[in-house]
Formats: sequence, C-alpha cells, structure tokens
Amino acid sequence: MTKRYTKDHEWVELNGDIATVGISTYAAEQLGDVVYAELPDAGKSFKQGDDMAVVESAKTASDVYAPISGEVVEANGEIKNENWQIINDAPQAGGWFVKLKVANKSELDGLMDEAAYADYVKGL
Amino acid sequence: MAEVGSSPKKLPLDAIWRARTSKFGDFAGYDMPLQFEGLIPEHNWTRTHAGLFDVSHMGPSFFALPKGHGLEGDEAHKKVASLIERLVPADIQGLKPGQVRYTMITNEGGGVLDDLMIARPAEPGAAGDLYIVVNAGCKHQDWALIEEATKGEADLVRADDRCLLALQGPNAHVAAAAVIDPALAEMNFMTVKRYDAFGRITVTRSGYTGEDGYEILVRAENATDLANALLAHAEVKPIGLGARDSLRLEAGLCLYGHDLDPKTSPIEADLAWTIQKRRREAKDFPGAKRILREYELGAAKKRVGVRPNDRAPAREGVEIMKDGKTIGVVTSGGFSPVLNGPISMGYVEAAHSEPGHVVDLMIRGVPRSATIVPLPFVPHKYHRPKKGA
Repeated sequence: MTKRYTKDHEWVELNGDIATVGISTYAAEQLGDVVYAELPDAGKSFKQGDDMAVVESAKTASDVYAPISGEVVEANGEIKNENWQIINDAPQAGGWFVKLKVANKSELDGLMDEAAYADYVKGL
Repeated sequence: MAEVGSSPKKLPLDAIWRARTSKFGDFAGYDMPLQFEGLIPEHNWTRTHAGLFDVSHMGPSFFALPKGHGLEGDEAHKKVASLIERLVPADIQGLKPGQVRYTMITNEGGGVLDDLMIARPAEPGAAGDLYIVVNAGCKHQDWALIEEATKGEADLVRADDRCLLALQGPNAHVAAAAVIDPALAEMNFMTVKRYDAFGRITVTRSGYTGEDGYEILVRAENATDLANALLAHAEVKPIGLGARDSLRLEAGLCLYGHDLDPKTSPIEADLAWTIQKRRREAKDFPGAKRILREYELGAAKKRVGVRPNDRAPAREGVEIMKDGKTIGVVTSGGFSPVLNGPISMGYVEAAHSEPGHVVDLMIRGVPRSATIVPLPFVPHKYHRPKKGA
C-alpha cells in the first residue's frame, strides 16, 4: 500500500494489478483551487507517460500523465460530478483520478518512493 | 523578456511582500509577488473590500516642456500635449487640469504598440507637464519612441525608480481617506492629484480591476511607510499579479501582448471610444488611414467576450469555430470567481461578433459550445460624478 511518485507529481498506488493514480499534495498546493478537471473514461488505455487527464486551477491548465501503462477501469465519480474541491482537500486519498488495470508492474521500479519524492520536491 | 543571464530586479518593497508570500515570478525583468492567500480569495477580497497591488514594474514617467518654456496654463498644456499627440490618437490637448485619459501608441500600420494612461496634472505650477504610465514590458520601447519623436522639444523623466501601488476595491476609498488624505474619497474616476503625504505622491483614481480605486506613485524611501499603513487598515490585503489578471479579465480590460498587439487596430479591439472627434477629424496620428477607415466602415474582426457553455476554461490560443470553420481565436481566458465559471476574451470575424451568437471553442481537439457575450463580464464600479452635480 505504498505510493510511488513521478517527477511530474503524479502518484500511483498498486493493489494487486489495479493502480490508483492521482496528483501529489505538492502539485495540488502549487495549482491552488481546482476549477476544472477532465478524466478519461473507463476502457481507455494509456502508455506510461501519455497525456491522461487535465487539471485546471484559476492560474493554469496542467496535463496529468499516466505514471504507469494500463487500462482505465474506473474514473473518480466525485471529480466527474464536478466536485473538484476534493482534489485540493485530499489529493492523495479521496481526490484520486483513475484506477488502471496494470500490464507491467516493473514500470513502477523507475518511480520515486515517498522519501525520494520528498527530497525531490525540496530541491524544486 | 528578461535579458539572458540577468536575474530579475527586486522591488523596493520586496521585504514587505517576502514576509507575506514565497510565490514570486519574473515579469518584465522584475521579481513580482504572484499570489498571497490564493488567487480566488484574493480576487474576491478585491471585489468586496480593498486589495493592494505592487505594480512598480510598470513605467510611470513625466513628460515636460523644457525649463523656461515661458508658456502658462492652457497654452503650456496644449504645447506639450501636441508633442505627445504625434504618437497617440487620443485628444490630449483637450484634457482639463487633473484629467486622465486611456490611449495607445499606434504604428503606421494602425496596430497598437502599447496602451497607456496620460494625465494632465491639476496643479497650476505643473502646466506644461504630463504624467504618463506605460506597460512594464513596453516601457523601454515606449520611452525611446517618445524621446525620438519629441527630441529637443520636451524632456522625458522616468519615474520607475519609484513605487507604483494600486489600491482597488469598493472600500479602497475608505482606506485611502483614512491613511492618506480624506480628499482622496472626493476624487472622480480618471482624475489625478498630488498630495503632500508620504513625501509627495501622485494619485490617479483609476485601475485595472473594474473596481473603484487608486494608483499611487510614491518615492521608494516613502513607499514602505505607505504600504505598511495601508496594509494595517482592516479593509486592505495584499494581492498578487495572479488575481490582477483574473480581475482585469472579468472587467473586459486588455492585456498588452495578448489582447492588443502591433497588428491589431484600436477599432478591432473595440476601443474606438478612445479616439476623440478632434483627432478623427485631424487624421494626424500614426495609422490614421487604416484606423479611420475601420472607424467608418467597421473592422473585419472584433474583440468580444466568450462564455463557454460548459465548465472547461478556454485559454489563450484556443481557436473559435463556426460550422467547422475557424472564425477567431481566444486571446485571454481563464476562470471567473464572480461568475464561478470559465470566461474568455478573443477576436472573431465581425459577422459572428453579435452577443448571443453561438460558436465552438476547440479545446484539446474537442469542439465545445460557447456564446458571444458583451464585455465586461462583471460590471465596472467606477466613481463618477453624479449627474447634475
């Protein structure tokens, strides 16, 4: 139940072969109040690093990349229902974006663990 | 754009802002505070109370007849105004003492090189002076143009070593009257006056938010005291450049380099009201041929408000389509805290510019319905004299 992070501030948490994906607390703080988000529908497949979703604050629009390859099995209904506040309130819990059925778990090896990501963010 | 290898300049009030935020960004070579409490709370505070903005990156300057010009009053004003009118299409000679006018520097092709404010000081001793404020990113170009066009006939004195503070919002007058001088509350919109407070300050009742408010030029050595006194007032909070952009967008005001540029004419920009009759008749400003043709016959495209019919913001560069054909482009866009939804400004072909017209916005390859709407998105609340007064 540990999270891995990308340099672009996505997190991914694997349970069996299902990965839950979202944006980090740091990313949510940098964005500020989310005013719009666009999530992919179930059934869509992505390769690691593909544009997967969009999140917009009053300040800017940001692409969210797939941190791992897989097929979307569920998009967060709260976000689909325009409750974007949840991304600010709980980016690493209830504000998750999608769940992916993962093809190749070894892709996670290239991502940062909690401590490495904390160091990475400190250096930004 | 900042010069390569140079780090942005610190504002004279850097320490005041640093104590309140770490979110800074480089604008026109200055390290500017972008955000304090958050874009949306800062925006809403300005609309309901008063926001204090540091806009010292801008280009305030004084343009004056040489010492010993020997002219007085209106004569001195007409002389200095006629010099600056070589560059701008507004009637500057017609300014009354203490009046401020919004105008633009135009090029021979009728495009806009910058938009700016020109004020005629109220004080009789300043006859033959103009107070001119240009945009941060254009100031070096503008000042060079002014000097080149008026060499030997007038002197341009840059005042961008001073601080320019904007106090904006429905209660700006309350804080300004309490902290600076009760007379500030009596000033009308688009007027200028000097006050012996915090050294000697030059105050215009003007702004870039659509709210009532002031822009205050203060010497750097007095600016800390003024900013601290304003910030100590219960109605005032510091506001960053982020909220400044969403406020001006709601107010339908142009951002130079985005909504205005050297190819776009004042008529296309729906700024015909800034070209007064005397100048239209004299036809004596740069680009007059094209600008007056468009004034008479209409321009091929027009600046409009665009309201997306769903929640997706349409930002700068988004194409505006009708029946699968491109009819325009978004030049500014984002989120409106007051309307709680996305808003955009852009240019469309004249035939599609009527409010109520339904168009498509191409956002990430997907056409999304939007409606052409009048500007501003949020009504202006300027302090104008009451009719009959």
